[in-house]
Amino acid sequence: MAIPEKPIIMSLTPTEIRHIAKLARLRMEDHQARSCATQLSRILELIEQMNRIDTSDIEPMSHPQDTALRLREDKVTATDQTEAYLEIAPASENGLYLVPRVIE
Amino acid sequence: MHANTLREHSESLRKREYSSVELTRHFLDRIHRASDLNAFITITDEIALEQASESDRLLSSGVAGRLTGIPIAHKDLFCTRGVLTTCGSRILHNFKSPYDATVVDKLNAEGMITLGKTNMDEFAMGSSCETSYFGTVANPWDKARVPGGSSGGSASAVAARLVPVASATDTGGSIRQPAAFCGLTGIKPSYGRVSRYGMIAFASSLDQGGILATSAEDAAMVLQAMSGFDPRDSTSLQLETPDYCSILDHSITGKTIGLPKEFFDDGVDCEVAAIVQQSVMQLESMGAKTIDVELPNSRAAIPCYYVLAPAEASSNLSRFDGVRYGYRTGHYDDLVDMYEKTRAEGFGEEVQRRIMIGTYVLSSGYYDAYYIKAQKLRRLIADDFSRAFEKCDFILGPTTPATAFVLGEKNDDPVAMYLNDIFTNSANLAGLPAMSLPAGFDSRGLPVGLHLIGRYLDESTLLNAAHQFQRETDWHRRIPAEYQ
Repeated sequence: MAIPEKPIIMSLTPTEIRHIAKLARLRMEDHQARSCATQLSRILELIEQMNRIDTSDIEPMSHPQDTALRLREDKVTATDQTEAYLEIAPASENGLYLVPRVIE
Repeated sequence: MHANTLREHSESLRKREYSSVELTRHFLDRIHRASDLNAFITITDEIALEQASESDRLLSSGVAGRLTGIPIAHKDLFCTRGVLTTCGSRILHNFKSPYDATVVDKLNAEGMITLGKTNMDEFAMGSSCETSYFGTVANPWDKARVPGGSSGGSASAVAARLVPVASATDTGGSIRQPAAFCGLTGIKPSYGRVSRYGMIAFASSLDQGGILATSAEDAAMVLQAMSGFDPRDSTSLQLETPDYCSILDHSITGKTIGLPKEFFDDGVDCEVAAIVQQSVMQLESMGAKTIDVELPNSRAAIPCYYVLAPAEASSNLSRFDGVRYGYRTGHYDDLVDMYEKTRAEGFGEEVQRRIMIGTYVLSSGYYDAYYIKAQKLRRLIADDFSRAFEKCDFILGPTTPATAFVLGEKNDDPVAMYLNDIFTNSANLAGLPAMSLPAGFDSRGLPVGLHLIGRYLDESTLLNAAHQFQRETDWHRRIPAEYQ
């Protein structure tokens, strides 16, 4: 289904805020969700001003000056930096990053 | 010694009137004495003195370049090997980069001396330096006021002459707005001129590195050295860097300055407007012509920017998850719990707000209404510039609607803070070079910035006009009383 150009929601509810926070992997306590909803709704109001300008038939511009990203040859150029990179990790062991158990 | 231009430093170092070690000690001493400005997150005394001795060896053997031995500070989002690179954030408070950013690499190779890393708004998201995890930065012209942001530490440091020049970055105005607030000359080159390798990403289609200096000539010298193709950055342009210094002395007679009425509306403080008008008259007296141009879609720049920048930021900042580097929360039950707590504790309020906005506008069902809509407006904004540049060589206006505001004044209102970028962020959306230079002072004694926007890849015309303006005016030579 084609989405209309006009956004559907202008203000966000605390429930929606908690959903967005979940998508963004940010812990959000209930008491924070309410003030966050107010702030974000104000910003959306600002963003909403976009709709004062008609953009039908305009091609989206994703990159300044429409320049294309340069591709490089698919060749290994990086040297092995394992030690340097693991040294700054919060937790590592035997050349691996440590995270909480994912598979039981 | 600290009031000298880079050219003067370069000549004095070559004539051995003072050594790089002496110059470096002088500036390090000034940095330590001005700690109340909080312009630096890290001061690299030892590294600086080692680099200075090496530069002195090069200078005495006669193989030195024109920047060899001259101190610089880097905004704390340029990666520096083995030195803290925090991006003003708790989430990177302990991050020592395993490599140098290309900009740092290039300036090291020129023999410049790194005095330290400057304070900034967290992840470059802010216009006041108040969002830094490492505390607010003061404006040397009035310590109760903000230096601007996000490159506020770099601006405060250069304005107080704690360092002759500093690197900075600009996503929506983060070089030019602090340049205006602190009475400096700052340039954001065209998108793609300066490598972004090792520059911690905020909004990848807008971010560009540049320089904060005390004059257009100084800015030109350093910009020249930091620009150029870098195979490690896929957005880096494969073009020769123009010889910016060689065009500085050209006359601006016959150049046409475009004045967009949208940049001179009643939202601009009347003292700022009057000072900008005087600058226009100054440029006219030097032989430049003026013409009215229109940027009818410029009012859409702020809403457009506040969709695109947070959208790109929410994607870029997903890499900070407590696994590979930086902060990790102390207590967690499982992987997702660790991610969520690490990010909620590691990112400040404004950064989380922008991640939330970005996540929302990219989320299923809203993508077209917000993100695609903003990209369409981006084209209209860029097209407006193309049309204006058919009639003029560069565009002029105020950098900001008002001079530096008081610390805390706009803290509770993100939207009021966002409006600081009203004249600056359209240049980022279009990828154009732009700069701010000092145009005078308001009745409170605060600097006013003159904003120039150039054609794509035409930094030369801006630097030339700014240099010629600075030959006829002395606003850029003024130093805050306490730091003279």
